[in-house]
Amino acid sequence: MTGAGDDEIIIEVKGLVTRFGSHVVHDGLDLQVRKGEVLGIVGGSGTGKSVLLNMILGLLTPAAGEILYNGRDMTTLNEEERRDLESEWGVLFQGSALFSSLTVRENIMVPLKEHVTMSRSLMAKIADMKLGLSGLPANAADKFPSDLSGGMKKRAGLARALALDPEVLFLDEPTAGLDPIGANRFDELIKDLSKTLGLTVIMITHDLDSLHAICDRVAVLAEKKVIATAPVPELEDNPHPWIQEYFHGPRGRAARAG
Amino acid sequence: MATVEGRRDDPTGLDVIEADGATRLKPSGDWTVHEIGRFERPMMKAASGRVVIDLSELGHLDTAGAWLLGQATEGSDDPDGDACFEGEHPYARRLIAEVRERMAECEDEPKRDGGVVAMFARIGRGMIGFRDETVDTFAFLGRTLTTAASTAVRPHRLRWTATIATMESAGVNALPIIAVLSFFIGAVVAFMGANLLETFGASIFTVELVGIAVLREFGVLITAIMLAGRSNSAFTAAIGSMKMQQEIDAMKVIGVDPFEALVLPRVIACVVMAPLLTLAAMLAGIFGGMVVSWATLDISPAFFIQRLQSAIDWSQFFVGMSKAPVFGLVIAVIGCRQGMKVKGDVESLGRRTTASVVQAIFAVIVIDALFAMLYLELDI
Repeated sequence: MTGAGDDEIIIEVKGLVTRFGSHVVHDGLDLQVRKGEVLGIVGGSGTGKSVLLNMILGLLTPAAGEILYNGRDMTTLNEEERRDLESEWGVLFQGSALFSSLTVRENIMVPLKEHVTMSRSLMAKIADMKLGLSGLPANAADKFPSDLSGGMKKRAGLARALALDPEVLFLDEPTAGLDPIGANRFDELIKDLSKTLGLTVIMITHDLDSLHAICDRVAVLAEKKVIATAPVPELEDNPHPWIQEYFHGPRGRAARAG
Repeated sequence: MATVEGRRDDPTGLDVIEADGATRLKPSGDWTVHEIGRFERPMMKAASGRVVIDLSELGHLDTAGAWLLGQATEGSDDPDGDACFEGEHPYARRLIAEVRERMAECEDEPKRDGGVVAMFARIGRGMIGFRDETVDTFAFLGRTLTTAASTAVRPHRLRWTATIATMESAGVNALPIIAVLSFFIGAVVAFMGANLLETFGASIFTVELVGIAVLREFGVLITAIMLAGRSNSAFTAAIGSMKMQQEIDAMKVIGVDPFEALVLPRVIACVVMAPLLTLAAMLAGIFGGMVVSWATLDISPAFFIQRLQSAIDWSQFFVGMSKAPVFGLVIAVIGCRQGMKVKGDVESLGRRTTASVVQAIFAVIVIDALFAMLYLELDI
């Protein structure tokens, strides 16, 4: 389960077309995610990164194309298979999406209650362990999401996403809105977890430092397609003007130097 | 050997063997979060004295399983040392050590209060809350009135567009539902009166009954309760979500007084529209009574109106009308105040909207009772 680099494909998107009314977001988009890798997804604002994520998660239905998970078309799954699949995925949404009426510990326990049979005290213990795993202090357990800072919310959201020890972890802009120190720690945490747990991580990010630090490969969304998927050093040599500007603009240079 | 758990067709299991003064635990199969629930008790029971874990049969292990296995050696001097483990596994020891290191030592979940003392404490908190809310509502009312006074001096500061828009959404759009409700209330009153008064041979007094009930109480009460349920909750939700998005803070920073921009237009709209809606409710209610009288008592509409004019004093109408602007004011003030009280989370928006409707209806009924006592003393 550990070690990136074996080329087994876990998620495959083929010829995806997304339309909102007459507005076409994706037109024949292809994407492959390998087992155990950390895949970054980048693209300008409004290129449909979050929409792509929602498509893979099954929150939106594609106009055409298919999405395969472990070689199976996700639209053909029945209710029960769908539930099993959900317990293999963890998602950290952009706004953390914690349930505001529950404490942090109860938030982490929600997936456990839904999918697993065990005593409540054991659930609470496992929730505490996930809390520690995602780097939250112990006193955060009984706080409500409204009492947490942005960075702590992200960590709590991550702890909830990790509650069932998922195979695949989806992160939507995990470091957006964090201070550089917090963002660095978050990056390290993701890298650590993906190594220790053998996670496959798919993350949308604008953070060039994250790309350099933790992503094995990066997929670039532009012109309604994935125009390139490659490790960062390879992408830097890609002649496409958007990629050139992205990696060789002032921010890109600073991130590379750091 | 004692197999503690695990079905025969299921490779996941736990063997506990007592030997040489030590407990040997031999987990087998996959120890993941889906499986470990049933091993909690045997693990905790076994975890005393010297414990050795044999990893040779273990399959897939995740963090939850690693945590539970780690608990068994927790009592040892060196819980992750070689003395505690036997057998080979590609990553189990690393994972167990990592999870132990990162485990947050949280306090146990707080117990929920119960019992008689807690009940009295809740009642006490409720009373204090009621007092604070009342005082705070009056403070808000005062602030609104001072804002209104300063705007009266400089009328160009009033947000005309917002005021008219609120008049439309809270007033004009509420007209159909208020008229329909009032029609039915008038009809029901006439029906009950007709049945009861007929036994005394005094069914003609149904006209007085409908007239007084609708003009004095029901017209204005139906209007107030609809305003409280419809517009007041809308005010709270609208202002509350603005509060959540920091729009109110943005206003303050830019130099816009939220009382002037948000509260005053709504209050003025309600104070102006409440009497107009009440008038419509009165007309609809009397119409309802008239229709029922015609159908069940053979009192013709012409006679009904004539009787209404001669038997009922104008003062009944003015008693009802005089309450309308007061109710409008109270409802708008409570709705806006609750909206301003919303904090950053969604939960508080829901709580405040509920509180806003409950308080508004409560206030309307209480004030109505006060008016009744006042007019009784004044002999009106």
